[in-house]
This record gives sequence, C-alpha cells and structure tokens, in this order.
Amino acid sequence: MDFDSYDPEDFYDELFKSKGKPRPGTEILINRLKSFPQGEILRRQKAAEAALFNMGVTFTVYSDESGIEKIFPFDILPRIVEPGDWIQIEKGLKQRIYALNLFIDDVYHDQKIVKDGIIPKDILYSSKCIQPKCVGLNPPKGIWCHITGTDLVRDKDGRFYVLEDNLRCPSGVSYVLENRQVLKRTFPLVFEKSSILPVDDYPNRLSRMLQFLAPDNVESPNIALLTPGIYNSAYFEHSFLAQQTGIELVEGNDLVVKDGFVYMRTTKGFEKVDVIYRRIDDDFLDPLAFNPDSLLGVPGIMDVYKSGRLALANAPGTGVADDKVVYAYVPKIIKYYLGEDPILPNVPTYICWDDKDREYVLNNLEKLVVKPANESGGYGMLMGTHSTAEERKAFAERIKENPRNYIAQPTLSLSLVPVIVDDDHFEGRHVDLRPYVLYGEDIYVMPGGLTRVALKKGSLVVNSSQGGGSKDTWVLSNLPK
Amino acid sequence: MLSRVANSIYWMARYIERAENTARFVDVNLHLMLDGHVDSEEQWEPLVIISGDVDQFKERYGAPTKDNVINFLTFDLENPNSIISSVSSARENARTVREVISSEMWAQVNKFYYTLLDAEKSGVALDTPYDFYNEVKLRSHMFIGTTDTTMSHGEAWHFERLGRLLERADKTSRILDAKYYMLLPRVEDVGTPIDNISWVALLKSASAFEMYRKKFRKITPKDVALFLILDLKFPRSIRYCLLKAQVSLHEITGTVIGTFTNKAERRLGRLRSDLDYANIDEIISVGLHEFLDGFQTKLNGVGDAIFDTFFSLRQTEKDEKITEVSQ
Repeated sequence: MDFDSYDPEDFYDELFKSKGKPRPGTEILINRLKSFPQGEILRRQKAAEAALFNMGVTFTVYSDESGIEKIFPFDILPRIVEPGDWIQIEKGLKQRIYALNLFIDDVYHDQKIVKDGIIPKDILYSSKCIQPKCVGLNPPKGIWCHITGTDLVRDKDGRFYVLEDNLRCPSGVSYVLENRQVLKRTFPLVFEKSSILPVDDYPNRLSRMLQFLAPDNVESPNIALLTPGIYNSAYFEHSFLAQQTGIELVEGNDLVVKDGFVYMRTTKGFEKVDVIYRRIDDDFLDPLAFNPDSLLGVPGIMDVYKSGRLALANAPGTGVADDKVVYAYVPKIIKYYLGEDPILPNVPTYICWDDKDREYVLNNLEKLVVKPANESGGYGMLMGTHSTAEERKAFAERIKENPRNYIAQPTLSLSLVPVIVDDDHFEGRHVDLRPYVLYGEDIYVMPGGLTRVALKKGSLVVNSSQGGGSKDTWVLSNLPK
Repeated sequence: MLSRVANSIYWMARYIERAENTARFVDVNLHLMLDGHVDSEEQWEPLVIISGDVDQFKERYGAPTKDNVINFLTFDLENPNSIISSVSSARENARTVREVISSEMWAQVNKFYYTLLDAEKSGVALDTPYDFYNEVKLRSHMFIGTTDTTMSHGEAWHFERLGRLLERADKTSRILDAKYYMLLPRVEDVGTPIDNISWVALLKSASAFEMYRKKFRKITPKDVALFLILDLKFPRSIRYCLLKAQVSLHEITGTVIGTFTNKAERRLGRLRSDLDYANIDEIISVGLHEFLDGFQTKLNGVGDAIFDTFFSLRQTEKDEKITEVSQ
C-alpha cells in the first residue's frame, strides 16, 4: 500500500499539502509507512483493533437478545497537528473557556450582558438548559465549567473554527488516552523520531483540578465520579477515568444525603464525599431539585452543593452556554467580557429566531446545515447539500413552527485525513477535532484530542452514533530539521 | 470501600469458582467413561444435583443423559449455574468494578468469557471435551493467580477470597454428599479399603486425589470424608476453606479472630469451631448426609450475614449503630 494514488483534490488534507507532497512533520510517518512490506499496515491495523478489544474499549450492540461487544472503529493513521496551529488552538481555547465562565456566572447573577444589550433576554430565557435553581449560586472557586471538550473543524481555507462548545458532560477523552497507548505500540520508531507531545498527563491534571475544588477546610478530600451505571454508553470511560485517577466510581444508589453532607455507603459505614465529577446530566442529578422521576441521581444533593459542603464538576447550569443559539453569540461574549477579538472564530451562524436570518435560511436550505439548538450526537439535523426537496420542505415547516430551536450554518468542507479502505488502499475522509480543557487553578489544554472521522465516503457527520470512528491526534512540539 | 463494589467483587470470585467446579465435575465423569464405566444415567444425575436445579433440568431436558447434562451444565444460558452463565456473571460483576480490580484481572475474565463463546460456536467442547474442560479449569487458575499477584491484598482482595472460599466449601460439601452413599456398598464398609476407580474419581472431582495419596496409603470411605471435610492443609477441604475465609473476614473488619462485632463473624466463627473440634467417627455415626446438609444450611446463613453486614444498601438505623460502635 502506498500513497501514489492518494489525492486530496481541493480539500485541505491534514497529512498532505497536495498529491504526493507530505506536509512538514508528516514525512517521518509517511516514509515509514512506505517502507512497510506488503500487508504490514493491515497487520498493524488488526493488531491495534485486537489490543483495543482486549483492553475492553468497547460498546455493546444489542442486535438480538445477547449483546455483542464491538470496539469503536479506529484507524491507525494518526492526524498530525503542526506546532503553529496548536499554539493558536491552545490560546484560542483558553480565551474562550475563560470568557464562557464569566458569561455563565453573569447569567446566574446580574445578567449585565443582557442589560447592556449584547444578548437578547428572550434568547437567554428560552434556552432549554438554563437552570432557574442556579440563580445566585456561587460555585467553589468561582468556576462553573471545569471540563470541556470543544469541537473544532478545519475548513478548505486551512483555518480552525469552533463548531460546538460541549460544556456539560463531554465524553471521549478515554479514547484519546487508549488510542495513544495503541499507536505507541503500532509505530514505535515514528514516535522515537518525532517530537509528539504526551497526552498521558490528563488523568493527573484531572485529579489535581478536582482536589483544587474541595471545600477549603477539607484536608484530603474524598473524590468520586458519579456514573449513570454500566448500561451507559460511556461507562467504559467513567470506569477508566476512575481507575486512572484513583477516585471512587459511584452510582446514585451509592450516595446518600444526611445531616447536610453527602456520604457514600461503604463496607465500614458512611463516608463523606467532598467533590463529585458527575457524568450525569443536570436533569437527573437530584430528583428533588430537577427531574423528579430520576433514579440515577441523589435526592437532596443540590442543597448540599448550594451550602458549599460539596463541589460538583461541572457545575449545574453550564448547559445554558451550550445552546447552539447562544453559541452564535460567543464571539460577542468574548469581546464583551475580555475586550479581545476571538482567537478561534465561530462557524458563521444564522439564527432562525431572527427574522432576517430566517428568511435567508429558508431560501437557501440546499446550501446549509440546519441544527436543533439542544440536540447532541448529530441527531435531528438537515444536511442541505445531501437532502431531497421533500426533506427540505418538511424541515422548513419545523423551522417556521419553532424558530428559536434552529440555527443554520454554511456547509463546510471539512479537512481530510487518509484512512485504510477495503484493506488495499488509502482514501481521504473528513475529520473534526475535540481537544479537552480543564479549568482549575489554571486552564490546561491537553495537547492532542479526539480526532473523529466520518468513515463513510463523502460524509461530513463524524458522530460515533452515525458511523464515525476515531484516530489518534499527534501534536508536534517542533518540526524536524 | 463501597458496599456495591465489595458485593460485586465477592460475587465475581464466587462465579469463577463455580465455573471451575462445574468443569471439574463434568471432566471427571467423562474420564470415568473412558475407563470403561458404563455410561449410565445414574452416573450423570448427581452432577445436576450438585451444580444445578434438578426440577428445572427435569422439566426442560427429561432424562439425565450424558449429552443433556453436559449441555445443561456447560452452555445453557437459562441455567444460571452453567459454566457460561457463571463466567458471564463473573464478567458482568468485574465490569462494574473495573476501576478497583487490576486491568490484568479484567483481561483474564474477558478472555475467559470469549474462550467460552468461541468454544460454543466451534463445537470444540464436544469434539475434544478433555481439552475444553481442562482449559476452563486453567482459566480459573489463571484468574486466581493473576488476582493474587496483581492486586493489593487489601479489603477488596479479601472480599474476593472470602467469596471464592465460601463457594469452594459449599461445592466440596455437595460433591461429597451427592456421591458418597451412591458409592458405598454397605455401611459396614466405611473403614475398609475400597481401591475402586469411582472413589478415585470422587477425590479427583475435588482435585484431591494426589494430595490424598500423599497422606493416606489406602482409600477408605472414612479417610476420604476425613480428608475432604477436616484436613487442615488441603486447599479444597471444607475446614481449610473456612479457616482462610475467616482470616479474610477479620482482615476486613479488623476484629481479632475469636471475637465478633457482627453476625457474619459470629456465624462463620461458630461454624469453623464446630469443624475444629469435630471427629470423623462422630460425623459418620450421626450420618454424613445429615451432617453435610446441616453444614450447607449454616454456610448459607454465613452468606446471608455477609450480605446484611456489608452489602445491604438498606441499612437500618440499628445496623448503623452497630457499625459505628464496632469502629
């Protein structure tokens, strides 16, 4: 297998400048791949898949009564990020997260941003994820959003854009760590020669950040990761992170509120918990405060949180800034709180709530991607360029019925990375990039991230629920001389 | 540690041990057949009695023929005690505590499970059953070895050992109970040597034949019972299992052996003392079956007490007080 026939055409390719011309920093990998005897790449691909399977990096597909376990599709060719690009991404994310935290704090306190006319009150108040219960709340150390997984895409012009902020319970970081383990085994010589920044520090940083959140008077805090349980699709990640950080993995039933504190039920009686990294949504966190039918949460936990005797990461209420309509205002939010221009631009976004924007959207549906404001996983979208007239008509009705719930963006030409196709050649597939950001004592951007790849030819949807896979992401600290 | 986690570890260990015992029972019976023993239903029925639910078996399979019993005990997912169900349950439990056990342990359980799925598909269990059941035993041993060498011998490990040993004590008592009287021609023969292949098989069912031979020259029914119930050194004898289970239980609570702060310690301690001062002639004169039956009831009582003391999520106020006082 070689790259002789590989042609990115007029897309931006992450590994090749143009046909036959690797980008600076990717030559070591490309030359190594070229030196492999026939069948070697495929053998390593299979070995990598077997390693992931044995590590149990799997999800369960229930096709008949007995579930079958599968690994998430994984392609061994990494995505490589040049040092210059990474510096921009890192700066841009730090700026964005810092501003978004100020915004969320403002939303639940004075709402100066509304009073100053930057964001319409109606937009903010109609966000599905605004939590009236959080008004006036002061989260530990003043931080709301501790763990973020921002989705970035690169367009034809080679620039990175922010596609989504994911401020609630972003998942996928375990795949970054596991993918890296596997690739080190797959391409040890390439790792030796290239200067690839390590991602392995993440669990350590996560643990330190969570400790930092503990109430001031607690000397060695008890930290727990709250999972919905074994049937959750991200359970592997919850268990993996708990194992890597040494914190306790708990389910709602393991916790109980009494005398104003949260306790775990242990074999030696009740033990106090000081910090919870919760991986269940706001709505299910506390049946007394939010969804009363929730069996996953802990009754009364919000009261303990409000009293300051417990820290939650992320804080409840951060979803307000995750709304895709609010997203459209993030450049203005950054300008308003920091007085700076955004380093990472947004994808241009039309807000269907706005009369002028809506008119444009309805007249140009075949060119646009239309998204509901609060769905995740790539559901409920219209991909204009791939749609039928009938689908567009139906979607136009939905937009007119509930304009607040829709935004539209131009169809981007997402960048490409080669993948192994049909076991015998390489083809370009579209990718995005999700770096992970931790906000504790300082803001840390893990040098790397989850590169999600749309494995279907021509597809722009990278979500794992829609046929997407993943790749390792190599951030280079410098280019080879 | 979390009650839920302790519970899962305890059951993970029990299920792996259960799978190994079932594999050994089947294996020994298959060997008996090779040695020219008639393949009779009487030979296979005790396996159902030991490992499974007799009523469920009769209803679904009818006669306890070799194929029926093997299928019921090996790949039948509706039988919760079949090898595949046991390993599957062990794996589900392991999955909920992956962050507590070592990743090597998880890899072993996972591999164990997939070995069984592959064997079911390929039919290897019926083609070369000796290799297959040997593999099951080996996988269990590998799991136990991995557990001992990769996991800290702290609270979680002691819950693991507690589960494994209680399961083992139960299985040894059942195999002795089910086979003893079938093999014994007349009660007067208890003390006479009967170096019969069936008795060897009974010992082998508990992996006890070689170790028995080192201790006793002749095979007498009385010595077999003595060895499997009261031996102090043999790792599958009932007394040995209880002795070590008690050590683990007291490591968990921190209470000195010989005293108690909860009903699990009290019941296990009492049962163990019974065995410490038991005498094999007395056991046989009272009736081995009555003795073993009584033992199993008491052992179940220990299991219940462990559940109430450590795992039960519905702690009553009274229970809380007891826990607090004992700290």
